[in-house]
Amino acid sequence: MTKRRVVVTGMGIISPVGNTLKTAWDNIVNGVSGIGPITHFDTSDFSAKIAGEIKDFDVKQYISAKEAKKMDPFIHYAMAAGEDAIADSGLTITEENAERVGVYIGAGIGGILGIQNTTETWLSKGPRRISPFFIPSTIINMASGNLSIKYGLKGPNLAMVSACTSATHSIGMAYRSIVYGDADVMVCGGAEYASTPIAIGGFSQSKALSTRNDDPTAASRPWDTERDGFVLGDGAGIMVIEDYEHALKRGAHIYAEISGFGMSSDAHHMTAPSPGGEGAARCMVNAINDSGFNASDFDYVNAHGTSTPQGDKGESDAVKVAFGDHAHKLAVSSTKSMTGHLLGAAGGIEAIFSVMALKDQILPPTINLNNPDPECDLDYVPNVARESKADVVISNSFGFGGTNGSLVFNRLQAK
Amino acid sequence: MSDVENKVKEIVVEQLDLDIEVSDLNNSSSFVDDLGADSLDTVELVMALEEEFECEIPEEDAEKITTVQQAIDYVTENA
Repeated sequence: MTKRRVVVTGMGIISPVGNTLKTAWDNIVNGVSGIGPITHFDTSDFSAKIAGEIKDFDVKQYISAKEAKKMDPFIHYAMAAGEDAIADSGLTITEENAERVGVYIGAGIGGILGIQNTTETWLSKGPRRISPFFIPSTIINMASGNLSIKYGLKGPNLAMVSACTSATHSIGMAYRSIVYGDADVMVCGGAEYASTPIAIGGFSQSKALSTRNDDPTAASRPWDTERDGFVLGDGAGIMVIEDYEHALKRGAHIYAEISGFGMSSDAHHMTAPSPGGEGAARCMVNAINDSGFNASDFDYVNAHGTSTPQGDKGESDAVKVAFGDHAHKLAVSSTKSMTGHLLGAAGGIEAIFSVMALKDQILPPTINLNNPDPECDLDYVPNVARESKADVVISNSFGFGGTNGSLVFNRLQAK
Repeated sequence: MSDVENKVKEIVVEQLDLDIEVSDLNNSSSFVDDLGADSLDTVELVMALEEEFECEIPEEDAEKITTVQQAIDYVTENA
């Protein structure tokens, strides 16, 4: 039996560089950073004072104030990006197709704002003041749950939780669910809101965050010698993917094909990548093999590239292991240089940017790459976007716990 | 309208996010049947009443507060 082909037919994004697909992609192509000072809490005592916050977002454009009150902000972003993705796909959920449409929205951290606030309520006012909506407003699978309820999606309903790989795993597993036949259409991606005091504080204490507070837009600088950690970002990136025949039959607009998914584990350390990026390399190889393409068919890598000293070097090494001689012919860029690191939503927005690169034949830049690390010698598309042939691309995500995921997208005509 | 009645109605309108004026809220309205609340909404509504009127409403009493008037009566008698 031949494998079912799966295509991307809708995309929605809420991100530090914009809350519509067009705005976000325009900013990415123009190298515009979405990083700035944290505005929603007092960062005086924090070592990291910057983040990629969501700006000009009114959740009431998407859901009622009453519903919004029962959801942590990461779910707000998922509801918005999900609505935009479904609208973009042109899909109508009917009694006939509802059971064949599912939803997988991951998050790495989930409702940490609600957890923090509720803990404060408990300590100051006692257990009788804990809201009955505390649990359903903060648990990670409620992004999927609420989208399922709103749109009547009656197929598989899950949430992958794998730190910074959550969205990539969610899209990958959604793709598998269609290939396997569990569903014909999947709404999938990730959402995150972690620019909260305890999350910023926690990442700071693990020395993961950049402290370039005096120059926010230059703080995320993957592969640059002066990189000093990642910048946290908020948002959501959600796709509608579906069986190719299903998309053809309903006359859907097809952005690209998703043709490969790979996973691996470092089995090495809680937060540091394995030596030489060997875990990441095995992950990319698994995705390449799954896609049916040869390594030499690839044009572009949307890297995990978080701007941490160890991680960027490890990924650069991993690309060389996975792609061999072809590594130096590839373009490899990190859109996190502009968005910051959206943790469990990162793979969602980066899958979207990968697909837009295929659609527009433009490779996004890595901004702030002024002095490339001599140990990182690939073509990182420094500072300026590049018009280029792009037929086959791969998007990487790697997370705490040594959990890796890679997705392969291609122009339909490339197969 | 008494102060208590007015305050209870303000809380109901706010908690259930009703798109009406406080003065238009009907005393006989049922939270679930008329005002679109679910069981979790009513738990939160009772919590808001406890907070505002600085009282503790036992669960067995809370279950009997299903309308605006019942809330007003309970608070008037117990707070």
